[in-house]
Amino acid sequence: MPPILEVRHLRKRYAGLMAVDDVSFSIPAGICFGLLGPNGAGKTTTLEVIEGIIQPTAGEILYKGRSRNSRFKDEIGIQFQHTALLAMLTVEEALNVFRALYQAPENLEYLVDQCQLGEFRHRRHENISGGQRQRFLLALALVNRPQLLFLDEPSTGLDPQARHNLWNIVKTIRAAGKTIILTTHYMEEAQQLCDTVAIMDHGRIIAQGAPEELIRTHCEGVTVVLPRGSIDHAQGALGLPVSVDGDTVRIQSANIDDCLRELMAWKVDLSEMTVQSPNLEHVFLNLTGRQLRE
Amino acid sequence: MHIKRIWVMFKARNFEFFRDKASFGWNFLFPFLLVAGFGILFGGREYVEYKIGVFPAPTGALTAADLEIPEGLRNTRFVQFVGFASRDEALIKLRHHKIDFVIQAGPAPHQYWISDSSHKGYLVEKIFQASLMPPQMQPAARKGQVPSAPIRYIDWLFPGILAMNMMFSALWGVGYVVVRYRKNGTLRRLKATPLTALEYLTAQMLSRLFLLMFTLAVVWFGCDLIFEFNVAGSLADIFLMFFLGSLSLAALGLVLAARGVSEEFTTGTLNFISWPMMFLSEVWFSLEGAPQWVKQMSQIFPLTQLLQGVRKITNDGATLAGVLPEIGLLVAMTIFFLAAGAYLFSWD
Repeated sequence: MPPILEVRHLRKRYAGLMAVDDVSFSIPAGICFGLLGPNGAGKTTTLEVIEGIIQPTAGEILYKGRSRNSRFKDEIGIQFQHTALLAMLTVEEALNVFRALYQAPENLEYLVDQCQLGEFRHRRHENISGGQRQRFLLALALVNRPQLLFLDEPSTGLDPQARHNLWNIVKTIRAAGKTIILTTHYMEEAQQLCDTVAIMDHGRIIAQGAPEELIRTHCEGVTVVLPRGSIDHAQGALGLPVSVDGDTVRIQSANIDDCLRELMAWKVDLSEMTVQSPNLEHVFLNLTGRQLRE
Repeated sequence: MHIKRIWVMFKARNFEFFRDKASFGWNFLFPFLLVAGFGILFGGREYVEYKIGVFPAPTGALTAADLEIPEGLRNTRFVQFVGFASRDEALIKLRHHKIDFVIQAGPAPHQYWISDSSHKGYLVEKIFQASLMPPQMQPAARKGQVPSAPIRYIDWLFPGILAMNMMFSALWGVGYVVVRYRKNGTLRRLKATPLTALEYLTAQMLSRLFLLMFTLAVVWFGCDLIFEFNVAGSLADIFLMFFLGSLSLAALGLVLAARGVSEEFTTGTLNFISWPMMFLSEVWFSLEGAPQWVKQMSQIFPLTQLLQGVRKITNDGATLAGVLPEIGLLVAMTIFFLAAGAYLFSWD
């Protein structure tokens, strides 16, 4: 069975800028695939080229093993990062307008229930909150029972509670067997939702794989964080790689047992110690030398 | 082409129009206010072509029968007599072209004044001189008379105001709205659906057509209740002409909406097209007497064809056969604009 989507050597050039530079990946059906990277990395452009919103400069895109045809639009759902809708409509009316554009629309009550739109379904869509709007846009992306769902920065601008709420909805959609491609610059979002992640920077994919696999490959051990004052007396003598970050020090260690043993041998106060496991943020940092949100 | 998709976009656009209370109200209020304004200014009063100042006389409008001026002049129609206490007061008004002719009341020999730069003064002088001629001195000429109903200015102007409102509503309601939707990303969202450009544009045009005809019917019958317009021809024919006119104007709006992403540029383009059309399509005044090339150029505007057709039916009682050239040109323009709009259209 061919992958549901295959992208080969995709390029998109704007005047003086290669926004997407030789990007290739393959997505099997039923997974959540994440494009992770900082703003300007080329994630949205890659997504919009695949969706058919903008034309590629070069490259090939295969949907179910074939070039995209007229049925492609019927089988995909898109949640845009920035979008506007037909004005003066209620949430329910807008959903019905979009449902009517497709051959086999999703049941309205299912959409309202799935995306938790009940309390504001009769309100004008211009008058709903940020979290409600993201759920509404997600419902719009689902109106045609898509097999392939594109989510462009779905939780950007949301407060933590609204973000976790949205993630739960996305997890439910994934559990229902839909294939999801999402872009994000939140490493936590990618780790929570994605089976496979492609990390993008300057239009290129610099690493790709399952989040745990990427962390295992590109990060070693753990990071021990201590107040700077607690190791002042031993800092020069410690046989550990120590980096100072303001009032805290970070010690990168491949073996937490050896690290703790040495700290205790030097009678370092460990009462305010925290131990951080590596995440995709560290992967990006190790690969590029920069933070994801710089 | 899916009728269901066109229908749903048609309904959505209509909701937007009817729910936007301010613009909805203004679409009805604006033509009504214009017609009402002109009705108050010109309605019910006798048509006046020339104003003649008379002194010494009580100031203000005078009754001709009470004036000691030549009888021929006193009995001339379409003339208003205005009284002044003194010659100086009357001559100041004459110098400022507020009146066209000044005569001193009293027995012959009569004294009169005209402004040397006033064409109206020249014509009143000719009328005055003719009025002094005894009947036996009148030149031999045979008079023929054509029976016709009087046409009030308001009867002539009313179709023009409705057509002008239709033009602005069609061009802005289609052209500007589509450009706004392109700029704010609505078209991009629709592009991601199976909706085709032709379906979208058809829905936009039909929606505007429906709204224009709805507005026309409300304003027409509302104004008719107040001003009792004289309509010589068939009301159904008039509405058919308006329908074809709004079709071509909305299609022209689609051409303007085909590409633009800047609302400012679109505003400029819309003004560039609508203002010449308003002045050269005889909305406010007749082009009779204008240079031939101006009259010929005005024929390229759909508004001109619309108004010519409507006025032929309204004022002259023409049938559809009598306005076939206008109908043909409006249909041809609509097809051309639609083809150009669909060819040039871009979602982005």
